[in-house]
Amino acid sequence: MIEAEGLTRKFGDRTAVEDLTFRVSEGEIFGLLGPNGAGKTTVVRMLACLLAPTRGTAKVGGFDIGNPSDSLKVRNLLGLVPDNPGLYEALTAYQNLDFYGKLFGVPAAPRAASIERFLRMLGLWNERDLVVGTFSKGMKQKVAVARALIHDPQVLFLDEPTANLDPESARTVRDFILGLKQEKKTIFLNTHNLDEAQRICDRIAILNTRLVRVGTPRELEESVSGRKVVFQLASVTDALVAAVERLAPGRVAREGNRLTVDVQDAESESPALVEALVRAGGQLQSVSRLNATLEDTYLTIVRSER
Amino acid sequence: MNLGKSWTVATKDFAVFRRKSSVLASLLAFPLGVGIGLPAILAVVVQHKHVSYTALVPLMESFAFFFVIETVYLATTLASYSIVGEKVEKSLEPLLATPTTDAEILLGKTIAAFVPTIAATYLGAIVFMAVVDATSRPELGYFYYPNSTIAVILLLAAPLACLFAVEVNVLISSRAADIRAAQQFGALAVLPFAALYVLGEIDAITLDTTTILEVSAVLVLLDVLLFTLTRAAFSREEILTRWK
Repeated sequence: MIEAEGLTRKFGDRTAVEDLTFRVSEGEIFGLLGPNGAGKTTVVRMLACLLAPTRGTAKVGGFDIGNPSDSLKVRNLLGLVPDNPGLYEALTAYQNLDFYGKLFGVPAAPRAASIERFLRMLGLWNERDLVVGTFSKGMKQKVAVARALIHDPQVLFLDEPTANLDPESARTVRDFILGLKQEKKTIFLNTHNLDEAQRICDRIAILNTRLVRVGTPRELEESVSGRKVVFQLASVTDALVAAVERLAPGRVAREGNRLTVDVQDAESESPALVEALVRAGGQLQSVSRLNATLEDTYLTIVRSER
Repeated sequence: MNLGKSWTVATKDFAVFRRKSSVLASLLAFPLGVGIGLPAILAVVVQHKHVSYTALVPLMESFAFFFVIETVYLATTLASYSIVGEKVEKSLEPLLATPTTDAEILLGKTIAAFVPTIAATYLGAIVFMAVVDATSRPELGYFYYPNSTIAVILLLAAPLACLFAVEVNVLISSRAADIRAAQQFGALAVLPFAALYVLGEIDAITLDTTTILEVSAVLVLLDVLLFTLTRAAFSREEILTRWK
């Protein structure tokens, strides 16, 4: 559904994003993680035909984002929830959605049906005739999500959709996004919320101007955490450390009664390490792989980029 | 160019204006103030200075030019609300993400400022002409308004001046951070028209039909020039990367 090839954007001398190549399949939830200034919003703006790439190409739904005659077709295919809801505060929720429905060319009857459907799904139907300026942040964000869906787009770009929301509102929006996956919508999610990314994304890309890594949440975690084995011992002596160091030179960390060893393959290397510890008189209490969270993984990858 | 989309943008702005009491107040107070205030000045001069309406005909002729100034003032108010309002509410990005061209949005914004401005100007002009005619006819023996000067002003100069003010405000709005600043700088668009009025009052020029036609010709040129600049300022890239 989305194919980017060498996508690059510069602002003057500053490179916002460089040489991005990735694909997002139909019905996939694709998360883009990255620190502030990593270029996440620029990527969304380029894919939404709001900014032209300096170099490279991308296609959304088969249409070229760099081709001016395709840009309206691309925008017809997509719904955008920017990091700020950007609603008309003097208008009601219904008027806001009706306006966007008209701009997307949705005829009156299906437009009214869509507005009712999404406002009911998001729990805002009873507030439809209230001006948006009186809404809480969470309510505004829900209206922004409904706005992005009013024309039944195939692709949804969400830029920090749950930022600044209370846990209940964030959960409503998150559950709603997961519901959209069942409708085969392709979702491109920019987020700082690693827990959210882990829970709802099929694949995650870590961006830091360049694309640092792409994979499923599990693949990303394993790329960092699967390479550490922790040995919990009754006590750790220098002799035990030396015994492990002989098998894994420079890859052993000692912390209290625990030794952490960096390995290439935990399954094949662990038995030899256990044997070495037992032979050296170690009283082994447990052996485990270090299970990093996505947060650990993200921080490890981003820090290694600096 | 899909005119329906431009009209959708404009009607959305009309709905916003209806909920802004300051905009509504400007749209009603200024035209009615001019429409009633100017004839009141004439009446006071006639009554207290014992001057006849016949002697005041040159003043009545130049008063009609006030409707050009009024148009520029109102268009400035509405255009700054329409464009900077989108900036303040950060609603431009989702708007630009719709399948609407820059030209369609710009035309919608122009219509949004143009239609209420011209409607309010015409309302004020109707009140003005009715009151002046009612008070001056007994002495003049004929209805002074409408005449060719005010017809050229209302049908040609005022719409062109309105477009001029909208275009100036689009350019100013691309740099202004808030509505008040946009209105303050946008109000500078009134200056050339105020200068023309003063020149008329000191008899440096005569604000008759010929002069108004010449002013209109200059406005056509300025509108075309500003349109080119406005189109460049009102593009997606410019708005997202340079409008702050």
